[in-house]
Amino acid sequence: MSPTPRTLFDKLWDAHVVVPETDAAPAVLYIDLHLIHEVTSPQAFTELRARGIAPRRPDRTKATMDHSTPTTPADANGKFHYFTQASETQVDTLASNCTEYGIELFDMQSADRGIVHVIAPELGLTQPGMTIVCGDSHTSTHGAFGALAFGIGTSEVGHVLATQCLLQRKAKTMAITVDGPLAPGVGAKDVILHIIGVIGVNGGTGHVLEYRGPTIRAMDMEQRMTLCNMSIEAGARAGMIAPDETTYAWLARTPRAPQGAAFEAAKAQWSQFSSDEGARFDQEVAIDARDIRPTLTWGTHPGTAIAVDRPIPAAKDNAARKSLDYMAFDAGESLEGTAVDVVFVGSCTNGRLSDMREVAAVLRDRRVDPRVRMLVVPGSELVKRQAEAEGIDQIVRAAGAEWREPGCSMCIAMNGDLVAPGQLAVSTSNRNFEGRQGPGSRTLLASRSVREGGCMSIAGRALPAALSPGTSRRAMPALLLSPRFPRRAMPALLLSPRFPRRAIPTLRNPENCR
Amino acid sequence: MTAFAALTSRSVVLRQSNIDTDQIIPARFLSTTERAGLGKHAFNDWRWQADGSPNLDFAFNRPENAGRAILLAGANFGCGSSREHAPWALTDLGLRAIVSSQIADIFRNNSLKNGLLPIVLDEAIVQSLMRRPDDELTVDIAARELRTPAGDVHSFPLDAFARTCLMEGVDELGYLLLRDPQITKYEERFHAS
Repeated sequence: MSPTPRTLFDKLWDAHVVVPETDAAPAVLYIDLHLIHEVTSPQAFTELRARGIAPRRPDRTKATMDHSTPTTPADANGKFHYFTQASETQVDTLASNCTEYGIELFDMQSADRGIVHVIAPELGLTQPGMTIVCGDSHTSTHGAFGALAFGIGTSEVGHVLATQCLLQRKAKTMAITVDGPLAPGVGAKDVILHIIGVIGVNGGTGHVLEYRGPTIRAMDMEQRMTLCNMSIEAGARAGMIAPDETTYAWLARTPRAPQGAAFEAAKAQWSQFSSDEGARFDQEVAIDARDIRPTLTWGTHPGTAIAVDRPIPAAKDNAARKSLDYMAFDAGESLEGTAVDVVFVGSCTNGRLSDMREVAAVLRDRRVDPRVRMLVVPGSELVKRQAEAEGIDQIVRAAGAEWREPGCSMCIAMNGDLVAPGQLAVSTSNRNFEGRQGPGSRTLLASRSVREGGCMSIAGRALPAALSPGTSRRAMPALLLSPRFPRRAMPALLLSPRFPRRAIPTLRNPENCR
Repeated sequence: MTAFAALTSRSVVLRQSNIDTDQIIPARFLSTTERAGLGKHAFNDWRWQADGSPNLDFAFNRPENAGRAILLAGANFGCGSSREHAPWALTDLGLRAIVSSQIADIFRNNSLKNGLLPIVLDEAIVQSLMRRPDDELTVDIAARELRTPAGDVHSFPLDAFARTCLMEGVDELGYLLLRDPQITKYEERFHAS
């Protein structure tokens, strides 16, 4: 008798069960890789210390600093200037905890530092078949490699430090099969925003998602990471994609993956991690890639995604009305061509080399409108070095945008990179919650950026408004006349971002904003 | 964690759905190495005006809501980040139970570890409770029931293990530490290093 077909998640689960779950108690699940950062780890170390417990497997724990860190370089004396004393204390606390317990830390001087979900894959720490956790909800990113990866709270960070295990109830599974070609200019961010629009911001609650189908197979690893990254925005703790040759080709270039003969042996192991033919999922969703258009959000959660050339839908409930009110938009209006104040490119969602290249392709020979602030923040030191080797920093600076040091930056706005109250930002990040990018900030989520004829973040919205014909007068009309940027986008340029059409949202307590 | 004692309280109502962790506690208050004292920042940007004065329209600023320990919230409460600062802030604010038709996974997990009871009921029941916030609701954790003064009894799901931990004030870490022999055996089998 052949064994019962299992899903990728079943296999990952089964391989890590230390003690099986019963009605009375959850399973004890082994964690292969524990990633920590400065914001969600300090209280866990405090708890362990109070109980006299040392980390069980410091070798399976890797630390970086990314949320509270400045994206401006160190001064002439090598000193970094933090937004607040508390931020600096938090970073120092992580460093001393790592020193005390012998945990490898990618600190401000490290050539490998960066956003936790960018560096682990680029170092090859993230591998197929692993369980990976971090006190960070975007840990789902690592599922792109066929790992079971999910975010945990600080108490659980303590549990993993102490025992290398977590207590877990087995989640349900949802297969999301995407088939069909993607239209030009449509990328992974559009795909995931579309999926969230289909299943809802709570559609994945209690589930792990497995993305499958020809469209997913055709994606490169950076696209797959963008896709899995935002699984949490559909309420799912984890999203995953079975490994294939694309995965192995990425890993083969990383320093921490097994090398040489060991790599071939590992590959044989990794290749077992896919859903068996006939494996049963609790839910199955089919997505036709042809339905996916360049997408952005109009509201205050990622489920408010619409194709960029579609009008904002009528408010169905109070929450939608409140969203519209906060965003100062009206149902029925088009987002295409509305002026923005800030453009942010970066984050664990879209802060990788391919994203930097997209930005460079858009900014080359153009100028950012002087009324618009644009930040380009590479996701890691490695992404920064690679981008600079290609001259991307020069293109960004020449366009009048800011080229920053790696970090989470304006995605979570903990480090002083803030969107001001009432300002409208188009952002390649993952959350458009009220005040996410700073108190009173208004966020349009979109993908990385745009090429002419393809449209994304900047598409429709930021591009016409954010870029003015500076160094290259010819580039702009071409853009505006392309079918995706109809002439009606033009009047928006006349709308100064300084004069919003409606009163800006309630200002927040400035004392708290510092 | 202290044991979850009997709870009888009136409720505070936040009807909005998808109340995310950035609303529960904005990220700028996460630059701390402590877990205590976050209650003053709970719902910060809804609760306080630009000049620091209270927004008197907001539920938690209304005098009649002072001391209430149950929050009735719209669907998908706690979506967003994994920050445990969210339940830390809510418990510091005096809350002991959240009632909603859906509660986000990570927030729910974090709440259970901090003596904050997530109670999931049908949307229609939550709506009916929201219409009578001044009713004294009783949470019976042993029976997994929420009872109204009118005699309605609403059962809610609660994992047996989580219930035991809450009732006895036991922390999961203690349980995990006792599994050391099995963990060691697992490591010897699969992760020799």
